[in-house]
Amino acid sequence: MTTIERTGALDMARIRKDFPILERKVYGQPLVYFDNAATSQKPRQVIDALTRYYETSNANIHRAVHRLGEEATAEYESARAKVARFINAPSPECIVFTRNTSESINLIAYAWGRANVAEGDEIVITQMEHHSNFVPWQQLAKEKGAKLVVIGVKDDQTLDLDAGLSSYLSERTKIVALAHANNTVGTINPVKELAAEAHKVGALVLIDAAQSVPHMPVDVQDIDCDFLAFSAHKMLGPTGVGVLYGRRELLEEMPPFLTGGEMISRVSVDETTWNEVPAKFEAGTPNIADVIAFGAAIDYLSDLGMQNVRKHEKEITEYALRRLRQIERLTIYGPDDIDIHGGAISFNYPGVHPHDVGTIVDRRGVAIRSGHGCNQPLMRSLGIAGVARASFYVYNTAEEVDVFIDALGDVGERFSG
Amino acid sequence: MSDEREDYARQENELDDLYQDIILDHYRHPRHKGELSAPTACEEGYNPLCGDEILVDIEVTDGVVSDIAQRGSGCSISQSSASMMSEAIVGEKIADVKGLIESFTAMMRGSDDVDWDELGDLEAMAGVRKFPVRVKCATLAWHTLSQAIEKAKFA
Repeated sequence: MTTIERTGALDMARIRKDFPILERKVYGQPLVYFDNAATSQKPRQVIDALTRYYETSNANIHRAVHRLGEEATAEYESARAKVARFINAPSPECIVFTRNTSESINLIAYAWGRANVAEGDEIVITQMEHHSNFVPWQQLAKEKGAKLVVIGVKDDQTLDLDAGLSSYLSERTKIVALAHANNTVGTINPVKELAAEAHKVGALVLIDAAQSVPHMPVDVQDIDCDFLAFSAHKMLGPTGVGVLYGRRELLEEMPPFLTGGEMISRVSVDETTWNEVPAKFEAGTPNIADVIAFGAAIDYLSDLGMQNVRKHEKEITEYALRRLRQIERLTIYGPDDIDIHGGAISFNYPGVHPHDVGTIVDRRGVAIRSGHGCNQPLMRSLGIAGVARASFYVYNTAEEVDVFIDALGDVGERFSG
Repeated sequence: MSDEREDYARQENELDDLYQDIILDHYRHPRHKGELSAPTACEEGYNPLCGDEILVDIEVTDGVVSDIAQRGSGCSISQSSASMMSEAIVGEKIADVKGLIESFTAMMRGSDDVDWDELGDLEAMAGVRKFPVRVKCATLAWHTLSQAIEKAKFA
């Protein structure tokens, strides 16, 4: 028996009412949105905050002396303070707004990386990184003649740390960059332990938290990472806003990434001095409206409580895994232990390409992802071209999992024989 | 509620049109799979969006496709399309192959103003048109063949 109320602390009926898109139908069927690792849906509160800003407070920030400029600046900076509190950053100055996770990571790879990584130095990443935390380091290593050290992945798609992280580290290791939670197979990595280990050799630690901050409590001081990156659009917020958390002294030491308006202190014909952090890293007019609406998304998640969000997703994921395991011959990737499994499940039907799986369930109103999931190095290690992926969020229910499993039955029928 | 059932039935029909027996048969038992030892022309096609890849080798003797081989990986539509294409063009004159490529891509673009007799079994691929994101899967092999022919500059 599965009912909508089965997920404890959250009022599912109320939550689902907050998301207007969940009322629509796809091919005549109720939408079942299981592509949350790609982007999440937005609650009415976030959509309203965006509209309200444009209707009542629209102005450029930080420079105007007029009332609207003052209001917009206050709301923008209030969103920064909310983000800081949400991940327990020591102060709002540690929070830089970017466009997305990729840009946050590129900021570090360019501004910090070009100034601090030299020939013969080592950069440690993992085989399960999203391309956004893989390609910037690969390119930096190439440019500088540094060595890219890649932590492998075991059969259950957890990191191969049998010989300890120390076996990948040396006194030349400058940075360890890894995902908190993987976007395809869902593995949650022991980032706190790894950060402590990396710091012992004097390396910095960057966490790609695009798949963790939206789904579980994340505390940057507890993890003790140096940098952490994530995106608003995967956590009920609008597209076009990314976050970079950085330890303040590191952000202060670093040269800027982009130069121009707002990020300067004084400009003369011959030289320029930089503004304080975080303004130093926010050149030009930022995405004011979406940052403000992102503030509403953080309020929404804070009200639910991230412990409750994680608990709900764990239950949905566990239920979906149980149902998927009942389907004969299905290959399911990712760790068995639900405590280190995020809300993304990847699988393959033998003899059926993930795109065919995606097309068939789509016509039942079920949106899943098919393909390499921007994880080509991981896919290569699994010896496959791609997977079908279902990924969950706070508004998904066990009933929706049932619809999805029924739709998968149709895949088996069409391709059997 | 009956609307929902009607919609459901319509989607079933469209899926039936997409996954016709002939398409699934070519997917499971691809024709001309492999490579040629001395091809006159060869070309690789890749769809970065979905990772489908197709390699096509052709051997041309006196202006006629005397042999073809194709290999690669991808979904049922891209793989069956490559297989059906191979079967359709072997033994045909280059000029006729060019015409067939035109007709096939016109059909996939949604045109019904095509010579269905010329297309023959390939008509089965028309079901893909109801699935716009999958049209690229169906045309990948054909674009690859077209490029191979263009590069080899056959008369």
